[in-house]
This record gives sequence, C-alpha cells and structure tokens, in this order.
Amino acid sequence: MEKITALSADEIAEITAEASHYEQPQAASIEALKIVQKYRGWVSDESVKAVAQLLNMSPAELDGVATFYNLIFRRPVGKHVIMLCDSVSCWIMGCEGVGAQLRNKLGIEFGETTADGQFTLLPVTCQGACDRAPVMLVDGELETHLDEDKITAILANQK
Amino acid sequence: METPLTQNIGPGKLPLNLQEYRAAGGYRAAHKALLEMESKDILQLLQDANLRGRGGAGFPTGMKWSFVPMYKDREERPKYLVINADEMEPGTFKDRLLMEGDPHQLIEGIIISAYTLQAEVAYIFIRGEYQRSADLLNQAITECKAQGLLGTNIMHSRFNLDIFVHTSAGRYICGEETALLNSLEGKRATPRAKPPFPQVSGLWGRPTVVNNVETICNVPHIVNKGAAWYKSLSLTEDAGTKIFGVSGRVRNPGAWELPMGTPVREIIENYAGGMQDGYKLRGFLPGGGSTNFLTQEHLDLHMDYTSIGKAGSRLGTGTMIILDDKTCPVGMVRNLEHFFAQESCGWCTPCRDGLPWVEHILTEFEHGRGEIEDMEVLTRHTHLLGPGNTFCAHAPGAMGPLESALRYFREDFEAHIHSKSCPWTGIRGSHK
Ligand SMILES: Cc1cc2nc3c(=O)[nH]c(=O)nc-3n(C[C@H](O)[C@H](O)[C@H](O)COP(=O)(O)O)c2cc1C
Ligand code: SF4
Repeated sequence: MEKITALSADEIAEITAEASHYEQPQAASIEALKIVQKYRGWVSDESVKAVAQLLNMSPAELDGVATFYNLIFRRPVGKHVIMLCDSVSCWIMGCEGVGAQLRNKLGIEFGETTADGQFTLLPVTCQGACDRAPVMLVDGELETHLDEDKITAILANQK
Repeated sequence: METPLTQNIGPGKLPLNLQEYRAAGGYRAAHKALLEMESKDILQLLQDANLRGRGGAGFPTGMKWSFVPMYKDREERPKYLVINADEMEPGTFKDRLLMEGDPHQLIEGIIISAYTLQAEVAYIFIRGEYQRSADLLNQAITECKAQGLLGTNIMHSRFNLDIFVHTSAGRYICGEETALLNSLEGKRATPRAKPPFPQVSGLWGRPTVVNNVETICNVPHIVNKGAAWYKSLSLTEDAGTKIFGVSGRVRNPGAWELPMGTPVREIIENYAGGMQDGYKLRGFLPGGGSTNFLTQEHLDLHMDYTSIGKAGSRLGTGTMIILDDKTCPVGMVRNLEHFFAQESCGWCTPCRDGLPWVEHILTEFEHGRGEIEDMEVLTRHTHLLGPGNTFCAHAPGAMGPLESALRYFREDFEAHIHSKSCPWTGIRGSHK
C-alpha cells in the first residue's frame, strides 16, 4: 500500500485500532472521520482521501458517509463550536430567543464563524436533555437551562 | 413500588463501578443465565414475561429473538447483537438516563442476551453526542474484561463475548434498525428492504438482533426474578415498568421509572408537578416527536402500548412533550416537520420531497400566509406520506403529529388563515 502521509502516526494507530473491531474496516469510517476531526477540527479533502485508503474504500464512498452526518465538519470551523438545540422541547422552552441572543452577541448567523475565528454557531437536533431545556453544546459539553445571563457567562468563559 | 431499572440510579449519584454493582446484586443474573440456563430457557422466559421493545414500536422481544437461526455447533457463522442507543427521537431522554446512571446494568443485559442468541460480538450503537455515556460504557467494559466477565470463556461458561461501543455522528435515521446496520457497516445510512429481516441477514449478512437500550436493561431482572414477577410490576396487561418522561411547561420536567400503565394524569401531575403557573395543558405527544397528539380528554388513559394505541397514538418512547395554551400548535408542528424534513435520508421521493413541502406550508401559516386550500394539501400529505407509501417508517412517523393536529387543533390553523397572522406570535404576513 502507498504510504499515507496526510495522517499522523497517532491518527493512523487510533483508526487502525477502531477498524479491528469489525469484519470489514469500512465500518470504522465514522470513528475514523471523528478521530481526524478531533486532531484537526474538521475533515479536509486530503484527509478523506487518506482515511479512505486506510479503510479500503473509495474517497467518493467515504465522502458520501462524511456528508451524511451532522457532526462531521467538511469545512473549517472556529476554535469553539456552539450547537444550539432547535428541536421541539427546546423550542417550546424558548430556544428561538436564546438563538437571537447568541446571534446578537457573536454578530453572526447560524452556519457562520466569527471573523476572529473564535466561534462557529450551528443548530443541532434534540440532545436528549429535554427536561433541562433550552440546551446547547459548547465544544461537545452540554449547557442546560439557558437564558440571557447564562449565555453571557458561558461566552465570557471561552477563551 | 419496585423500580428495578433505576434501583442504582439517583440524582447526583455516581454510577456504580463493577465492585459496587456486584455488591448490589449485579452480575448474579448473568451468572445464573450462563451457568444454569440454556438459551431456549431464557427465550421462553422472555416470551412468558411479555417483554416488549422499548425503542418505540413495542415489538415482543422474545418473538423477535425466536426468528434467529440457532446453531448446534458454535463454530458456525457469526451472529451479532446490536444495541440501539441512538436516541434521537425529539423529546426523548430515557436511554441517556440508563447509560449514564447504571452502565453495568446494560452490559449485564447484553451478556445474557448475546448468550441467548449465541452472538459472540455485540455493538452498542450510540449517538455521537452521548460522549459521557460512551465513556462510562467503555470503562465498564474494561472492568468486565479484567474480571473475566467479557472476553473468552466468561465465568468459565465457555461462552465468549466482545462488546464494542460504536459512536455515531448525528443522523436520526440511524435509529431505524436497518439504516443503523448500513451506518454501522460504514455506508450511507439509508434503510434496507425487508425481508430479509435482520434476524436472518443483518450486519454483513449475518443473523443480527437490534434492540433498544431500555429493552435490554430489563433482561437481567427478568432472569433474576421471573416472568410472573415482571408482569406483576405493571398496572395493565403490558408487562414491566417503563421510564416515562415529561418535558415542556411543567413545574418539574424529568424522567421516572413507573409501573407500565400508569395514568397520564398521574405522571403529569404527581411526578412532573403539573403545569407551570399561568400555563394550561392543551395537548401532548405521548412518546416523542413522531407520535400523534392526544388532548385533555385522554389524561385518564393508561400509558401502555394498548391503551395509547387504541386512542389513535403510540406509546413510542414513553417520554411526553406537553403543548401548553401559550404555545402555537401550528408552530409546534412546523418545528417537528422541520426536524423530519431535515432528517429524511432522501432515499424515497414522497418523503424527500413531501416533507420539505409540508414544512414550507406550515411556515407560510406561521407568517399569516396560509390559505384555506392549504388545509386540504396538508391532509393529502398525511395520506401520501402515510404507512405503506414510503420505504421506511420515518415519513409515517412525521405525519403522526400533523394528522392529529389537523384534527384536534383545526380551529387554530383556521385562525391563522382568517386573521392573516399567527395569533400567538403576532407575526403578520402580506398576501402575495
Ligand atoms: C426513523 C426511526 C428512528 C428510530 N430511532 C430509534 C432510536 O433512536 N432508538 C431505538 O431504540 N429505536 C429507534 N427506532 C426503532 C428501531 O427501528 C427498532 O424498532 C428498535 O431499535 C428495536 O428495538 P426494540 O425492539 O428493543 O424496541 C427508530 C425507528 C424509526 C423508523
Ligand atoms: S421514508 Fe424517508 S427516511 Fe425512510 S427511506 Fe424514505 S426517504 Fe428515507
């Protein structure tokens, strides 16, 4: 096999370990993309090509998987990714107001990244924390019972 | 009242480690199953206990397992057990509670279930955002391997089992069991045609059983205490306990393990603390975003598969979402259809094209631009996207809240048309 240079030794080791859990290495594709994203923040075309080679798939097939999922970023994102739940229980409990506050304070719309590259704002579906609505994820960490004060405090804490 | 599934779970309480879980009686059921029982005894026990799947459809678990081919010689083709921990149904937060609260309970359930099915590999397919659950499960698996509860020759029973945690990356359709199998294989998560059913040809064409987290968590308790005990936990004919939940404008939203068949009113008033001051209940989705609305007249129904089904809805995941009188029913349905349209896998035309159109019309209503003919168009979609007309149950599920809202909240749709605005938000649109 041609040597894979677009991935680090750590990435290759972690992906290979995941692939050993399955009859076929392709089954590790989501895990592999997430490993790349853990190290690089997002998944570039070069990474897709390299991972596909490692897992014995065509890059097109792997990209079909990558683009199917909401949590795989095929474009660069900010240093911090904020994902606000917009599903039904959070909507009833006022996530639209929270969203407006976030847009206001960050000066961006959903799907955008702040000019200083600090924050990307995205909507996300129900997080299974409906009893603590409205909620959002900040770099994967769940923040619950959101209101204006809480948003201000959370943003101030991200550096 | 007995609460077997949550006996080790409490607010602020850390999950038990292996030693603590064992001290609390854990892995006794696994020991009994693997050393004293044969596969067919356990299968019979589950059938007698009348355990029904907690993933939404309520399919009898024993019956599902009985379709799996059983081998005389363990060396034949591999089989797989897959735990559905995708939990992406809007308004649902019960499997998270079980995995974060008592990970060893799920692992013990998997050991017994895999033994019964002669599966030597099990995957826990878990949604990407449940990182804490995934970490806790991996930790529990590591502890079990070190103590001979997983791996080869478990508890000297000659049964081998490996469990792997497979984290997903956020797509609702992955919860549909055949789409889940494609997703696990590393393919685009579109559903598969049935038959063949996964029990015969699932992961990589091997016999595979897919069960929900809560379903499998019941198994150790049934093995420990028997079918008659399990049935006696319930208030009605559907057996066992159930994790019920309530979200929306109630005083104390949350999830509780209660007898199957507990009346809706009791759950909302006694456990969720009733409606918040200034809010009245107008309706509720009994078991997640894809179940049909019920209303005040249904508050005395028993929360079980049979009663909720008879009333024209589904028990679904058993986690209710409350519609209050200060929330626009049309807006709530629009929010749900936005979700379903976005999460359609795009495989079949009625769902891929129909759901965005439904969302569009509902958005028009919310902006005061709904027309009387649109009511007819929406009604037609509930048939076009209904059961039997699409490749999987995603679109019919999406039509549940719409169809029932058109029935129960018709006057609210009409008020949007007549006032050319949303009576709740005051948003007013100009007619084109
Ligand atoms: C669109 C769709 C999404 C689903 N999502 C889930 C899910 O997140 N978790 C789950 O356990 N079952 C889900 N199901 C049901 C599964 O297809 C399957 O019936 C279930 O996992 C079987 O487990 P059980 O028999 O233990 O209930 C979903 C079904 C559909 C049609
Ligand atoms: S009904 Fe929707 S989700 Fe199901 S196969 Fe068709 S397009 Fe995909």
